[in-house]
Amino acid sequence: MRYLDEFRDGAIARSLATQIAERAQPDRSYRLMEFCGGHTHTISRYDLEGLLPANVTLIHGPGCPVCILPVGRVDQAVALSLSHEVILCCYGDVMRVPGSDDTSLIKARSHGADVRIVYSSTDALALAQSMPDRQVVFLAIGFETTAPATAAVVLRAEALGLTNFSVLCYHVLTPPALDALLGPPADPARPMAEIDGFIGPGHVSTVIGAEIYRALLDRHDKPMVVSGFEPIDILQSVAMLLDLLNDDRSEVAIQYRRVVTWAGNRKAQDMLAKVFAVRDAFEWRGLGSLPDSAYRLADRFAHLDAERRFPLPQHTVADNPACECPDILRGTKHPLDCRIFGTACTPETPVGACMVSSEGACAAYYTYGRGREARTAAQ
Amino acid sequence: MTQLIDELFVAAFDNPWLSQRNDQAAIELPEGRTVITTDGFVVSPLFFPGGDIGMLAVNGTVNDVAMAGARPLYLSAAFILEEGFPLGDLARIAESMAAAARTAGVAIVTGDTKVVQRGSGDGVFIATTGVGVAPPGVAPSADSARPGDAVVLSGPIGDHGVAVLAQREALRFETTVTSDTAPLAELVAAMVAAVPDIHVLRDPTRGGLAATLNEIADQSAVGIVVDERAIPVRGEVRAACELLGLDPLNIANEGRLVALVAAADADRLVDAMRGQPHGRDAAVIGHVIADDRRFVQMRTTFGGSRLIDWLAGEPLPRIC
Repeated sequence: MRYLDEFRDGAIARSLATQIAERAQPDRSYRLMEFCGGHTHTISRYDLEGLLPANVTLIHGPGCPVCILPVGRVDQAVALSLSHEVILCCYGDVMRVPGSDDTSLIKARSHGADVRIVYSSTDALALAQSMPDRQVVFLAIGFETTAPATAAVVLRAEALGLTNFSVLCYHVLTPPALDALLGPPADPARPMAEIDGFIGPGHVSTVIGAEIYRALLDRHDKPMVVSGFEPIDILQSVAMLLDLLNDDRSEVAIQYRRVVTWAGNRKAQDMLAKVFAVRDAFEWRGLGSLPDSAYRLADRFAHLDAERRFPLPQHTVADNPACECPDILRGTKHPLDCRIFGTACTPETPVGACMVSSEGACAAYYTYGRGREARTAAQ
Repeated sequence: MTQLIDELFVAAFDNPWLSQRNDQAAIELPEGRTVITTDGFVVSPLFFPGGDIGMLAVNGTVNDVAMAGARPLYLSAAFILEEGFPLGDLARIAESMAAAARTAGVAIVTGDTKVVQRGSGDGVFIATTGVGVAPPGVAPSADSARPGDAVVLSGPIGDHGVAVLAQREALRFETTVTSDTAPLAELVAAMVAAVPDIHVLRDPTRGGLAATLNEIADQSAVGIVVDERAIPVRGEVRAACELLGLDPLNIANEGRLVALVAAADADRLVDAMRGQPHGRDAAVIGHVIADDRRFVQMRTTFGGSRLIDWLAGEPLPRIC
């Protein structure tokens, strides 16, 4: 496949690994966080950690929209699907995220809820048009990557005058999360990971542009390389980060130049500004309540906002104490540090959200990395 | 109505047993081990590029019999029809089953039809039972893999699953991929003739190659190592999977098989398979090792290795 095989070439990967090894200075360590779950998935699938020198470590970040969804929000979606005779449309991997009391959307379905997987927000809109006597709710999750697709259907529903369509909006924003990862911990007892530099979000940046990170990272004195999602992309980004760190330059660079620009997609940004307003605060699993870190529908579209249209439970629920997801999402723990990893918590019976999505750090290790435990433990 | 449907099947399947109109068929079996299997078919959509539910209901059961190293001979078929199901569609399905049965060299000798209320079914469900006979001494079984065995795959994976996915209403994308649904009886007969001591034979249907290899590793208490580069996947299938965030290893096949044999027999088996239309692309894709953890591992194009896991539930598309 053109434009993919080139970025999965084993010989190029080994050559990059050699370059990384040459750049890694033996007297220091390089702790690099990949923000995105998509990066985590690639790193684990291709065993990229096995190609890096021991003093270059990858810390898996919170950039998986399914994983950071707190229990209270899952409960809202489950309650909505069960109690208001709606058709709830969602992306596939949110189906298994555990809520309170062993619930999830997939289990709600077996209790009679009409929950349907869609590949695109427009599928949910088309369903609403084809079933005018049913209320259709689109569960909108994701970072800035998927938010424009939600904005597009909100604008379309408004133009069509649909009265049986609404959006349960849990879109979250990347820059506030980056800021939180580098700032003081909300709870002093739960410190943040020590991070030397970031492998920056690729697809988020196609929308918001890379410029937005400059001031933020400058303030924290850390470098970032915005990276693509193929193994060669990630290895090249690691090499670029090592150069920046060796030169002590806290700059933002773009490795993923084939799609990311400094300015981003203006048309998408305009749509986001039109359709959404920034929430005062939003609860993230692992990171706690972060100010200005999520979207809700702007007041103009209140009639399309499921949160305002349906009475929903409002509560915050503590994570299962046995589950290390919060620490894993902050980068202070590794999936293999969790006592229930692979025993009580597996992709079939996930306890924490990191085991649900294939982008979650735990699921990535469980799916691809068992058998590599000995090496990881030795590090 | 029921009589009309019976007439339709008797005419389509056209054989002496069915024409006798008894509630059962009396059959004679040649010498050997008798093999019997049954399977239910619920597929959406009913018609897809390269096949339909009728073809699957014949080939699926024929292949399950063949995976015992046996020659499939007779089938029974039961139909659960939803009230209002178009008779034209049913005739199309019956014709397709008849054609598949002819190709596979089996006779559909007895059957039953029930009609359920609208809403209690999904168009049509089909259950088929198959009977066949394996030559004396031929007894492949999923618990018979031994360290050192070669793992042989009959052709490219993922075609069926992608062809069906592409037709799903919510998804609908254009593709030239057609289902690989095919009867594997002739292929298996040629394989058994070349290498009677086949340790394991399985068709990687639901759950794909990943599930089949894990079942074999689990039942035989061994590990399996496969080579990513050796597993053929068509470009269109890879592209569709890439787009949907799915792994071809987890995608269903309907006309492929996996065989495990002693390493010394591998070349002879592959040669015999390549002489058959459904085994043209047969190749050794890996080998069996001793491993108490029963892991299935893949050597990647990067020279590293990764685990090939069972999939938890249905493959769910990723958000981004």
